[in-house]
Amino acid sequence: MKLPRILARPIAAAPPHPSVQLVSDLAARLEASARRRLGRGLALRHIGTGGCDGCALELIAARSLVHELDSLGLRFVDSPRHADALLVSGPVTRNMREALEQARAAMPEPGFVVALGDCAMDGGVFKGSYAVEGGVEAVMPPDLRIPGCPPNPRQVLEGLLALMEAQA
Amino acid sequence: MTATEWLTAPQWEALAADAELPLLALWGEPGIVRAAFQDGDALRLVALLAEDGQYPSLSRARPSAALFERAAHDLWALEPVGTPDGRPWLDHGNWPVLNPLSGRPVRHATPPSLPEFLPAEGEALHRLPMGPILPGIGEPGYLHLSVAGETIVRLEARLGYAHKGTLGLMPGKSPRAAARFPARMQAEATVAHSLAFALAAERATGAEVPPRAIALRAVMAEIERIAVHLRVWQQVLELAGPSPLADQAGLARETLLAASQIAFGHRLLMDRVMPGGVALDLEERGLSILRDALLLLAQDLPRLGRATLRHGPLMEALAGLGTIRHDQARAYATGGPTARASAVMTDARMLGDTPYVELDLEIPLQADGDAAARLEQRIAETVESRRLLATMLDALPDGPVSVSLPQRAGEGAALVEAAHGPCLAWLALDDGGLIRAAMARDPGWGLWPLLEAAAPGTTTERLPLLMAGLGLTMSGMDL
Repeated sequence: MKLPRILARPIAAAPPHPSVQLVSDLAARLEASARRRLGRGLALRHIGTGGCDGCALELIAARSLVHELDSLGLRFVDSPRHADALLVSGPVTRNMREALEQARAAMPEPGFVVALGDCAMDGGVFKGSYAVEGGVEAVMPPDLRIPGCPPNPRQVLEGLLALMEAQA
Repeated sequence: MTATEWLTAPQWEALAADAELPLLALWGEPGIVRAAFQDGDALRLVALLAEDGQYPSLSRARPSAALFERAAHDLWALEPVGTPDGRPWLDHGNWPVLNPLSGRPVRHATPPSLPEFLPAEGEALHRLPMGPILPGIGEPGYLHLSVAGETIVRLEARLGYAHKGTLGLMPGKSPRAAARFPARMQAEATVAHSLAFALAAERATGAEVPPRAIALRAVMAEIERIAVHLRVWQQVLELAGPSPLADQAGLARETLLAASQIAFGHRLLMDRVMPGGVALDLEERGLSILRDALLLLAQDLPRLGRATLRHGPLMEALAGLGTIRHDQARAYATGGPTARASAVMTDARMLGDTPYVELDLEIPLQADGDAAARLEQRIAETVESRRLLATMLDALPDGPVSVSLPQRAGEGAALVEAAHGPCLAWLALDDGGLIRAAMARDPGWGLWPLLEAAAPGTTTERLPLLMAGLGLTMSGMDL
């Protein structure tokens, strides 16, 4: 009879888990800067401009990692009209340029534009293709760049935090 | 080497009507139109010389060819004669050139025109446009809805917003140098696309991949499958279930991604499968972390699965939502959990020479074809993939993890089961072993038409729930 693995072998190391330290550090910093801003949060709108969607997956992971993101002042909104910052991922395909420009125009001033990931920074591996503009920069100046292919949730959160602190 | 059958025009047209051969993909090269069919458990590749760029349209007899024909026209200037739908698909009028892969692209002179949509008939219909920036965090796409009150009468999707010209970036590069492109076709199928591409390159050159590399690739493919299923599961729960359960699904996914980072050096396993093998070996520490992650999942998944499937309001919302018939899922070569939830027994892992043959792969199947069946299917597949993974990790062969590919001409193709359905890769190499032409078929091609078929009758309020469970993605299909 084969023993179930759980009996046959003890758990050797602590299970891999999002670092509790990271989450609490971020939470503390988020809370501090949110307080300075008298509770007014930073409303974020993600715009995928035709990347592989890896950046969006990691953004979703970042959102579910720090669960109290909302109460700390970072929240996601559906319309660019309600956003303080656009998080732009992807190399900005020619087919998405107009939509990105319209979203920027709809966002109230002063709005921030974040280039999320290598593609959004300069087109990434798709640089030079007939079908891409080659990053956010080719269309509008980004206020913040978060490198990575894709950036992991820690990098995403660090970036958002920097934006929040700069704005406070 | 994978052989392509060269057909005459009448033979090509005869294939069009053969319902026993689901169409996986249709693509081109300058002056050549190519297609891949699923012939039972085998892959059948055919090609036809397109004189003056014209070929007999398959889409009249076979609606599943329609989007491929529209895309092939935009990219290779191949004109399907007799097509009922000649509208552009990927080309929205914004590229600097027309027909960029046709070998003789011309400058794009006319300004972009507004897309045309199929008419919907009925009284008091309203049009509800959505996109290309859709609600939530995700990819671009445009949904053209015709609604009567809250009920959807017709849904037509317009994609192509994520068209990056990937197929145009691959020629002239070695398979190894070009591997970063299939890895970025679609993040939710980065392992699957990379694996299909690697297998195609290895078949084209006759390379023999070491057993350890084959096993590690299967490990990564199953990690990806579980992680993607968990994300879909999480999203469905966020939309219609209790949020604590959604958090648990998200945490289970995070456990696996964090373990992947340690074991393979990348959370999403991007650029880990390479032509000739894998990019890096799995070390002892990584192996132990992966095993621990699987132990956690072994405890959590069955409980989470039961809690999900017993949640009354959730299952009520999913029951009867977006029912897809057996014949629809078969005709579009949809495969994946969506087809298997409509009782279509198909899985590329069952094809002849895969590492799954010795593992007693058990493929669950559901009959109802609705959103509830699709969620149940994904949950069952998650549990089975976890079992497979644990078995595979206990029996990893030793040895090297990659070989270099011989530099020679050849043609190869491969079909790999991704989390959402089958990924096909095809490539042709020139005498120097560099890519002459390539194609990647994403599961999206088989899923978006089914959304259009399943959405009518649903309310706009339920649409996000329907879409979440189908696992619709854009980038891979937009090329």
